[in-house]
Amino acid sequence: MLVEILISVSLVISGIFGLVGSFGMIKLPDPMMRLHAPTKATTLGVGGALIASMLYFYFVVGQLSFHELMITLFLFLTAPITGHFIAKTHLHLNHKPSDLPPTGTERPWASYESDAERQRIEAAAEAGDTPR
Amino acid sequence: MLRKILPHPFLTLTLIVVWQMLVNKLTLGNLLLGTVLALIIPVITSPYWPNRPHLRSWPRIVEYVLVALWDICVANVQVAFVILFKTNANTRPAWISIPLDLRTPEAITVLAGTITMTPGTISSDVSADGRSLLVHCLDAPDPDAVRDQIKARYERRLKEIFE
Repeated sequence: MLVEILISVSLVISGIFGLVGSFGMIKLPDPMMRLHAPTKATTLGVGGALIASMLYFYFVVGQLSFHELMITLFLFLTAPITGHFIAKTHLHLNHKPSDLPPTGTERPWASYESDAERQRIEAAAEAGDTPR
Repeated sequence: MLRKILPHPFLTLTLIVVWQMLVNKLTLGNLLLGTVLALIIPVITSPYWPNRPHLRSWPRIVEYVLVALWDICVANVQVAFVILFKTNANTRPAWISIPLDLRTPEAITVLAGTITMTPGTISSDVSADGRSLLVHCLDAPDPDAVRDQIKARYERRLKEIFE
């Protein structure tokens, strides 16, 4: 009984956050802000469903299932990387370096440093000219 | 010698656990196959990852994971409120630049990943010399506070773990 309530609560939480995440994709105005919506769906949204699944298999079916931890691990490894890709592509296509805050170091954000410039600096560092 | 056979002991341990989770059944056969794979894969991939990350303390890692999970839950609710109840005109997105005290690439990767997984902030870029991190905030009326919080909550802990 208690377990059933817990499972239902996890499923409802997962559903609500999935829904709010999807709604955010429609509502928010620009691509960088829209990128925030799916991070919610992948954390509490999927997390709730996975907790429900583990509880169900352990208490109702009666077998220990730890697949779900695997899914969590893979999500935590892959979601930041895809988010990073999308953000970088967006920076390349729609932003100028002047839109962004300064790096606070001598070199620009990695998206805006040309390959030639990078090779020059790295070659100089290897030759021991500039302290790293 | 031991270093040649076991270039990354923690990776080996992780792979054994991951294999058990993939097959989702604990038997002697699976454990054996998992161990064989976990011994071979780090040796094959070691040219790409020559140095071992230096991990300082296990309790701190557990503490870090718990803090991050808790923050993810809190931030989820905060971002849900922003999406549902704030008009777009009232939402203040901001780019912030976080100067990094961390130097280990692994530590910076973990920090960037944590920032992205916490709803409301996404790490978008690093400076070319790896000394600062570009973060986009969904709703940050006070960008300096977000920067200080990330530095105090995550970076300080990661520094204790990795450096």
